[in-house]
Amino acid sequence: MTGYRVAGRGRVDPDARLRFIFDGRSYEGLHGDTLASALLANGVHFVGRSFKYHRPRGIMSAGVEEANALVGVDRGRGRYTPNTRATVLELYDGLTAESQNYWPSLRYDIGAVNDIAAPLIPAGFYYKTFKWPASFWNKVYEPVIRRSAGLGRAPTAPDADRYASRFAHCDVLIVGAGPAGLAAALTASESGARVILADENPEIGGSLLSDPAVQIDGKDAWNWLEEARATLAGRANVTLLTRTTAIGYYHQNFLGLVQRLTDHLPAAASSLPRERMWKVRAAQVVLAQGAIERPLVFDGNDRPGVMLAGAGRSFLNRYGVKVGNRVAVVTVHDSAYLAAFDLARAGAGVATIVDLRRNPRAALLAEARSLGIEVLSGWTVTATKGRARIAEIRVNPVDQNGKVGAARMIGCDALLMSGGWTPSVHLFSHSKGALDWREDLQAFVPGAPNEAVRCAGAGNGTFGLAAALAEGAAAGAATAGSAGTPTVFSVDGEAPFSGVYFRELPTDRDPTRAKAFIDFQNDVTAKDIRLAVREGFRSIEHVKRYTTNGMATDQGKTSNINGLMIAADAVGKPAPEVGLTTFRPPYTPTTFGAFVGYSRDAHFEVERKTSIDSWAEANGAVFEPVSLWRRAWYFPRSGESMHEAVARECRATRRSLGIFDASTLGKIEVVGPDAAEFMNRMYTNAWTKLAPGRCRYGLLLGEDGFIRDDGVIGRLSDERFHVTTTTGGAARVLATMEDYLQTEWPDLKVWLTSTSEQWAVIALNGPNARKVLEPLVQGIDLNGEAFPHMAVREGKICGVPTRLFRVSFTGELGFEVNVPARFGLSVWKALIEQGRPYDITPYGTETMHALRAEKGFIIVGQDTDGTVTPHDAGMSWAIGKTKPDFVGKRSLARPDMQDPKRKQLVGLLTEKPETVLEEGAQIVDGPYAAVPMPMIGHVTSSYHSETLGRSIALALIQGGHGRKGETVYVPMPGAMHKATITDTVFVDKEGAKLNV
Amino acid sequence: MKARYSIFSLARNALNYHQDWRQAWRSPEPKSEYDVVIVGGGGHGLATAYYLAKEHGITNVAVVEKGWLGGGNTGRNTTIVRSNYLWDESAAIYEHSLKLWEGLSQELNFNVMFSQRGIMNLAHNQHELRELHRRINAIRLNGIDSEILNVEQIKAFCPILNCSPTARHPVLGASLQRRGGTARHDAVAWGYARGADSRGVDIIQNCEVTGFRISNGRVQGIETTKGYIGAKKVACVTAGHSGVMAGLAGFRLPIESHPLQALVSEPVKPVLDTVVMSPAVHVYVSQSDKGELVLGAGIDAYNSYAQTGSPLVVEHQLNALVELFPIFSRLRVLRQWAGIVDTCPDASPIIGKMPVEGLYFNCGWGTGGFKATPGSGWVMAYTVAQDRPHPLNAPFGLERFTSGYLIDEHGAAGVAH
Ligand SMILES: Cc1cc2nc3c(=O)[nH]c(=O)nc-3n(C[C@H](O)[C@H](O)[C@H](O)COP(=O)(O)OP(=O)(O)OC[C@H]3O[C@@H](n4cnc5c(N)ncnc54)[C@H](O)[C@@H]3O)c2cc1C
Repeated sequence: MTGYRVAGRGRVDPDARLRFIFDGRSYEGLHGDTLASALLANGVHFVGRSFKYHRPRGIMSAGVEEANALVGVDRGRGRYTPNTRATVLELYDGLTAESQNYWPSLRYDIGAVNDIAAPLIPAGFYYKTFKWPASFWNKVYEPVIRRSAGLGRAPTAPDADRYASRFAHCDVLIVGAGPAGLAAALTASESGARVILADENPEIGGSLLSDPAVQIDGKDAWNWLEEARATLAGRANVTLLTRTTAIGYYHQNFLGLVQRLTDHLPAAASSLPRERMWKVRAAQVVLAQGAIERPLVFDGNDRPGVMLAGAGRSFLNRYGVKVGNRVAVVTVHDSAYLAAFDLARAGAGVATIVDLRRNPRAALLAEARSLGIEVLSGWTVTATKGRARIAEIRVNPVDQNGKVGAARMIGCDALLMSGGWTPSVHLFSHSKGALDWREDLQAFVPGAPNEAVRCAGAGNGTFGLAAALAEGAAAGAATAGSAGTPTVFSVDGEAPFSGVYFRELPTDRDPTRAKAFIDFQNDVTAKDIRLAVREGFRSIEHVKRYTTNGMATDQGKTSNINGLMIAADAVGKPAPEVGLTTFRPPYTPTTFGAFVGYSRDAHFEVERKTSIDSWAEANGAVFEPVSLWRRAWYFPRSGESMHEAVARECRATRRSLGIFDASTLGKIEVVGPDAAEFMNRMYTNAWTKLAPGRCRYGLLLGEDGFIRDDGVIGRLSDERFHVTTTTGGAARVLATMEDYLQTEWPDLKVWLTSTSEQWAVIALNGPNARKVLEPLVQGIDLNGEAFPHMAVREGKICGVPTRLFRVSFTGELGFEVNVPARFGLSVWKALIEQGRPYDITPYGTETMHALRAEKGFIIVGQDTDGTVTPHDAGMSWAIGKTKPDFVGKRSLARPDMQDPKRKQLVGLLTEKPETVLEEGAQIVDGPYAAVPMPMIGHVTSSYHSETLGRSIALALIQGGHGRKGETVYVPMPGAMHKATITDTVFVDKEGAKLNV
Repeated sequence: MKARYSIFSLARNALNYHQDWRQAWRSPEPKSEYDVVIVGGGGHGLATAYYLAKEHGITNVAVVEKGWLGGGNTGRNTTIVRSNYLWDESAAIYEHSLKLWEGLSQELNFNVMFSQRGIMNLAHNQHELRELHRRINAIRLNGIDSEILNVEQIKAFCPILNCSPTARHPVLGASLQRRGGTARHDAVAWGYARGADSRGVDIIQNCEVTGFRISNGRVQGIETTKGYIGAKKVACVTAGHSGVMAGLAGFRLPIESHPLQALVSEPVKPVLDTVVMSPAVHVYVSQSDKGELVLGAGIDAYNSYAQTGSPLVVEHQLNALVELFPIFSRLRVLRQWAGIVDTCPDASPIIGKMPVEGLYFNCGWGTGGFKATPGSGWVMAYTVAQDRPHPLNAPFGLERFTSGYLIDEHGAAGVAH
């Protein structure tokens, strides 16, 4: 046991000793400690350096509000975490942590020159300087600023931990398991409501954990707690989540809870995920978040050893650690006396209580006297001394008129301060509930709610144990509706709880020179706030942004109200008129990984594979990613380059037979009495007269008249269409259709169903396609007259149902075999077998692209880019001229859409047949020598055409349709290519190969 | 004129503990009439005021802001500045803006911390690679700096990026604009405000415009929560609320308003020295001078004026980030927020005259107008002063939606067969 550990106190286990390492030194702590309590038990207060001035800083709190004690925790490779608050870091055996933001050592930090230079670098100094010479900002000033900012270091290895996430629904979500939250949970769950109770601490109890002496229902607080816990644990309708922080309150009672599962365990002791994100939708929410103590603002209030009074009490009662052996207290609130009394009783020397109030409660004074504690009421603290730890405070009397008298020095090794309490309204504020100002508390409390939410306890401004229990119970009962009656609790031994409020403590010194901190981490002082106001930053948001007050990792938990009050005085307005800055999620900083959950590596946007993918993989396919799919790109035989493989696949398809997995095509089933009318309105084409059994190429525009998607659409019956879309467009087209159906044409009787994943699609292309297909098909006459180009039939293939399309994206005789996805692979294999005599050749997307380019078929998104009309693409024929309307029709009538100089799709043949232009290359009119060059278009598609034995390209060129035969230039780095504008169809212009 | 800011003025003021700094701008009560009233005290509105005074000598000007200066998207954005746009019209106006950025701290005597650490756009599939090449080819021929990086070069430029070929969305290539970067958003608003104020512009905060007084098709002034203010000309620069303002003036704009979210991490020591954007996996990230990672993504799909968004967008954005940078997984989200952006069908802004005489709008910058702040203010000032658009903003008139001359900067539609 060290000099600061108090035997018999706290909830730590004296027999469970743990070793830990801080800044390379080994220490001992106990199970149940936090890193902060264990360090304090070893007499260590100085644990970090501040952000801007690199001032020495100590542990200032015992909870999530900690602004100073941030450490880096090393749990092995891939498990380094910076900026962790030592006050909530549970100790485990072997814990290894380091302090941050110094060089070369915590004690001797070069950055501390900033503290000496402080007069030169007040709030916002960087806006006023570093401007000259201009080039120095990027090269000199900024790199230096970046190096000295930034707190901890980032991890260097990928995260070795896993994360989990889950959705949950409940009747009542209660945030905070202090007395108010527990009372709410006990009452709400009694009626059978499904309750989730979440608390960020390792155990329930909240403030009761630091207040063991008080009695509830005649029991000591901790016994009552244990019974409450057992009751809740025994109810099947209650989910009790500890180590679980409600981080954000979003629309419609949706809250994110982050549960920490392993960080309190020795490294690598478990295969559990590190954290789990609960995404909870709650019918009702009860917020019982409690309150956070306010620091006092005076010169030197940031010295290591100065901490919140409530923290001093928690360290003693919860962790069995006294924070000093000669403790001083400065307060404006009763609650600090409790810390002093408990410490005195535990044998810590308590030197003095400095109370700014002239007339503290008699009972408190009497108790102080009986414990031998001097109370200086009507006194102030005006300075502190000590290097790495406080050694002395300077105290002065303040007379009735506020005049500050002669100073006295008091020795101490810790100073506890209390500026009163601020209700935690963070989550309530996330939910856009209104905040009301309570003059008596000098704080904001929840006002009119915006969601189904109630607040209870200190977080609602209801201080005092009995009142908090009653309010919690009432909230719990209300959530359960008529079924709930509030549980009634009796309380004994409750301590007084009142105070007054001060902006800054009175001083006899020049306040313009004081370093009286408000935001400890970001080093914002009272005079910085006043400077901001003096410079015209009068809105509280400007004050925050100019000074950075409240923007540190504690997000202003201890600094917002002090900053507001000082700003309000400086502006000369009451605090509520100045208002608070907006609270933003998350409540406490939240691991990225917790948001990510399972969506990592292969589980991030899970790769989509067709039912034939495994065959392609086994047969050596090289894949390419296409939206979320992976598709076979080409099938190289051993030793073949991509170029050779694609050339072979092209040849085989044109000469005999190619087979292609087209399963990724989007498919939508459009069904209903108004299906044809719906198609008429969505697509440019006319559908009314399309006979069942026939197909048509459909073009879909946006409202702006530009091509958005395309695909072959088959009519299966009067009321049923089989629509195909581009691979990438599937979801978007369905969403667009639904949008129109639901918002524009709710009168149409049409149902839409995505069938993209239900159908596997196998494309057979080549002169021998029919011969291979015929023996496997039942119930469909494949004869050219019976089953012409652009027709669809239903029947069977290999004994399984098929929708067979006769279509072609290559210009060859082509069929697309749709079969239910589970039969895709077996039908594919059967076709491969059947095709052997014809040297059936599987081909990938690259060959498909090259073959369709030879035919001048467009790819939406490649040959179009959201600025291309049907006419631009040479597809005016696809527009139903007599239709009254379709999406985009009106826009097509705009004057610019008729402009003959629009960019239009044409073919390009390079002067040198071997030159394959870069896709995306820009086109110019003349062989200019210098930039900028006026561009007239760009190359959209470009390939080596195996059929023609030369390169071909498609391009969008201004007025291109009227410029066939003209010469244009394609400037590339180091080359200027010459090309001739042509028609877009390079092969089989008459389409003779299709009609066989 | 105000006292100039410099290291010397800081030192001088340090001697008396900074008691003598003058306010960066006054907080005057509105006059009864101005030559020009600018509605909206964001960066664009303030820049408009500044250039009206500086370039056109029009100083009887008020900027009327319903909240606090820069409290709209100016103070909420992720501050990416670049000019590598596809179409000539866009490239010209954004490049004009970028050139102004390059001298802005000196021009305003206020350090806006414009940091040219480069913008890298990643491509993850053949389709994106093709689009990237198209863009770079166009940008180069427009005389703007831009490079293509292959995977090796990407690795060298940003070693912490996951360039593994087995990544879910492997990085195949990137474009890089070295002159792009980030700036300090608040400083831009404050710097322009200070500059405009010192030239006589009245900056009036906490004053919401509630209506326009229009007679004979000409604007006469504005109704505000501080009373009527007469104006010969009114320039409306209200970003996410432009549709509302047009409604008050009696016409409609082809604009939809959406939440756009952003977040920052806890600060860490320098780890990322450029801006990385990945349109396909939907995230972009940079590291601020304070050390925070600054992240953004796409808009929330629904229309809204509530300045909050859906947590699922944040989740997706972090999924994408951790995919690109697996070492960031243990960092923590410090703060998330949203702004309301006004988007046009072609993802380009509207800058110019409106159906009401003497009324001008500058809006529709959507998710990307911060980078345009100086250039946008500059052309807007010209347009208001001359009552006709500058050649740089002439293509961005409202007429384009009736003529069909759209400037579609959506990037490729993102489809593939
Ligand atoms: C999360 C997010 C990230 C972004 N990231 C980037 C980025 O990285 N790069 C980039 O270039 N752009 C980005 N943007 C876009 C960019 O922020 C905006 O395009 C740009 O700031 C718009 O500037 P502004 O001055 O027009 O608008 P704002 O700053 O929004 O100013 C408009 C002002 O008008 C005021 N106003 C509205 N109605 C009234 C009224 N009735 N009366 C008086 N005043 C009124 C508002 O209060 C507001 O202050 C982002 C936007 C968001 C929301």
